[in-house]
Order: sequence, then C-alpha cells, then structure tokens
Amino acid sequence: MNGPHAAFDLGTLDRLSQGTSPIHQLDPRAKLLVTLAFVVAVVSLDKYAVADLLPFFLFPVLILARSGVPFRFVARKVAVVAPFAILVGVFNPLFDQAIVLRIGEFGVTGGWLSFASILLRFALTIGALLLLVATTSVPALGRAAERLGAPSVFVMQILGLYRYLFLLVGESQRTLRAYRLRAADGGRPAWRIFAQILGQLLLRAVARARRVHEAMLCRGFDGELRLMGTLRFAGRDWTFLALWLAAFIALRFLRPAEMLGALVTGGAQ
Amino acid sequence: MSHHRIALEAVGFTYPDGTAALADVSLEVTHGESVAIVGANGAGKSTLLLHLNGVLLATRGRVVVGDLPVTKDTLPHVRRTVGTVFQDPDDQLFMPTVFDDVAFGPLNLGMPEAECRDRVQACLEQVGAWHLRNRPPHRLSGGEKRRVAIAAVLAMSPDILLLDEPSTGLDPRGRRQVIELLRGFTHTKIVVTHDLDLVLRLCPRTVILSEGRVAADGPSKRLLADAALLERCGLEGPPEALVCPRCGDGSRL
Repeated sequence: MNGPHAAFDLGTLDRLSQGTSPIHQLDPRAKLLVTLAFVVAVVSLDKYAVADLLPFFLFPVLILARSGVPFRFVARKVAVVAPFAILVGVFNPLFDQAIVLRIGEFGVTGGWLSFASILLRFALTIGALLLLVATTSVPALGRAAERLGAPSVFVMQILGLYRYLFLLVGESQRTLRAYRLRAADGGRPAWRIFAQILGQLLLRAVARARRVHEAMLCRGFDGELRLMGTLRFAGRDWTFLALWLAAFIALRFLRPAEMLGALVTGGAQ
Repeated sequence: MSHHRIALEAVGFTYPDGTAALADVSLEVTHGESVAIVGANGAGKSTLLLHLNGVLLATRGRVVVGDLPVTKDTLPHVRRTVGTVFQDPDDQLFMPTVFDDVAFGPLNLGMPEAECRDRVQACLEQVGAWHLRNRPPHRLSGGEKRRVAIAAVLAMSPDILLLDEPSTGLDPRGRRQVIELLRGFTHTKIVVTHDLDLVLRLCPRTVILSEGRVAADGPSKRLLADAALLERCGLEGPPEALVCPRCGDGSRL
C-alpha cells in the first residue's frame, strides 16, 4: 500500500537527514543562509535567462556529490512537483511570440525562452531546498532559524509539526486500514466516509493537542520556547558560507555565460 | 520541609459538561511512600491524577502539595514539586529530539545551560538512555520512549512522582525494566494503574477508587487479595495475589 506520505516520502527524507557526510556536519545556519542566497540569486535573474542559469547547477551537483544523497531521490521528488511549474509557464509560448534569439536559421520566441527559464529555475530551487532538508534535520533547521532571529512562535510551529506529523500519518494509515478491512469493496472510501474519517482524525488531533499542552504546562512551559544552544559555527562553516556566497554573487552579476560567449566569439561585439 | 507530602481534603470535581468524576476524596501521602491508585474504568483515577499536578482545580475541597494548597497562584510551586509521567509518552515527548525534550523542563525552571547539559546527561544515564539523546522521539521503541519520558520528569528534580499507567503498551522486558527503574527511586510515588501485578511489585499501599470515592485504602497485599472487595469495585486480582487463596499472601516477591 502506498501511504499518504508516498509523494513526500517523509520517512526517507528524515532518514537521509540523519547522515554523517561533511555536508551533514556543517552548521545548519550556514546551510540555511547559503540555500536562501542561492534561491534569491536564481530567482532574481531576468525572465529570459537560460544560459545564465546553467552555471548555477554547480551548487546542487556539488552538494549532491559531497553529501551522498541519491540523485534519483532528488530527481524523483522534483518530478513530482514539476506539473506546478509547467502549469505556471505553459502559456508563455502562446502569448509571447516575439523572436528574441536566433540559432542559425532557427528563431526562438521569448515565450519558449521564458518557459525554459521557469523550468530551470524551478528545478534549481526545489532541488536545492530538497538537498537542504535531506542534509539537515528539521530540528536543526528550526534551531538555526531561531538563532538567526526567526520568531519563536514560528519555530515552535515547525518543530511541533515535525514532531507530530509522523504520528498523524501513522494514525491516518491505521484508520484507513481499519476502513479497508471492513469495507465491502476494500477500495477507496466514498467522499462522505472520507470526510467522516478526516473528522475523526481532527478530533483525535485536538484531544492530543490538549494532552500535549497539559504535559508542557506540567514541565513549566510559560509560552516561551527555550532551546539549548548546541550549535557551533566553526571554521569550515565560515569557509562554506563565504565561498558559496562569493560564487553566487559572481554567477549572478558577472554572468559567466555571456563572458564565455564573448570569449568564444573572440570578443567581437 | 514537608515538600514530599501531598493531601486531598474532601475533594470533589465535576466536569463542565456535568459529569461528576470525583465525589468526595480524602487521602494523604507522606514522604517516601509509594502508593497505587487503582479502580475500574471511569472510577475517577485520571481525574484524581490531574488534581495532583494542578491541571484540574478541585470544585470542592482542596488539594495540598507540600504546605501549599493548589491554586492558580501556587501552580509554579506545584509543578516543580510534582513530576508527572503521562500515560502516552507521545503526548509527553513533544520536543524534536530526546536531548531537547529532557532539557525542556530544567530550561523552563531557569537553569543555566551548562548545568542543564549535565542534568540532562545524568538523568538520561539514570534511565539508560543517554545513547538515544540525538534521536527524534518517533524513532524510539515503546520502552525507550517511556524511559525518556521518565528522565524528562526526573530532570526537574521533583519531590513527588506521579505515574499514569507506567506499564501500558510495553513488552514484558520493557515492563520489567521500567518497574525495576521505578523501584530504585526514593521519591514519593503515586502510581495510577490497571496493572495490579505492578502494584504488588512497586507499591506497599493501595487506594481503590470506585465511583469517585475512596472504596478502600490500605496495604496492597491485603487489599488485592480481598476478592469480595475487588469484585465490588469492578477489579480482578493479579495472578500473583491468587497464588495462595488460603493464606491470602500475595507476596511472591
């Protein structure tokens, strides 16, 4: 049976994030900042950028190689979300028919170019975020966000969600199984029954939330989240942060693709 | 100091929906005692437990922890004195890693980080779970979860331990380990449970609740061998208590 989390594969992501590669061992703050800088750099390029985006693949490829996260895993997850990006860009070729690039006899319209750009950006950003989560545990990310000044309420939500998502998934799987074992056709529940099952799960979640809150109160919780400062920003974290930030700034503003093109064509402009 | 004392004086509690859970309960537990609270489903055990840690406040009578009555104002004191190990460890282990969870209580009490780190290590070692410190709770077995939950409560160094069904959902080995662990504690212990065998191993004294009242309060060996009493309160004696019906001696240990 494919569980409800088959699409996200939380279990695999969680297991991967417990790895011990050099990337896993970096301070989560360094990884979080570098990934955010990467996303900003990629997203901020102009809408027809294609060649300028290609060098950015260096980042996910190197992280992939150093962290030991299986390429197939990341590729498959990116493919799962791809329809959204395709939907966003699919009408561009129809609306934007101006030819902006000529390759020999071939004219490429702005629409196709921006469509390709959207797909590349999408693959880069989702890939980078997946790699971040596959090399950094959610608790570590929450801690990093808190130390970087994210609001404590927000961090608490993320940590609580992570903690109880697995329970909720397990509970819904058991409920669905119990339904299937007693259902006449054993197939997908009718919408009406599905709604009832969801209602059941909601009630149970609310009851659990109440018990969890009681348990928190019993241990002196007063609304403020206190985390132990177990993070240490070491030399290699500074190196990682500085090198990648420098690389992104260079790729973003110096546009090596253009320079390379100019170099190949002998700088004749 | 009589921090370790806990007393209920004619406590009654009615839930907002009108369900009367406790009718009139009086009970005193003194320093170092280990007391079991047993009773059939719906007898009021859980409601009673929630009064001892101040989650519920009595609608009649009063609860005294140490020298102070449990009121809104004394809750910080009550929660530092009384440590509660809840029935479902998943309710109690709400932090993302074992270490964070055990550190949660001491940090809330304002303990400095360095001291807290030592405290967490000491408590996890005490329950034999230091090696689990970096695990998220969803990657622990039932027995491990239970031991970590106990460590999380010990970390606040309470004087009194409240345990709600400490043996539920454990395999025989996990159950034995938890019982041995609890036997080693010198805290005042109050155990709410259906596991009457655990009662015989852990608690010299038993309080039987029935329909929101104390039906019996006395030595566990005697009460749990009293078939008529148990029958009246909707309970069944543990096999150990039935070993020798003639002399009524349930002490196999």
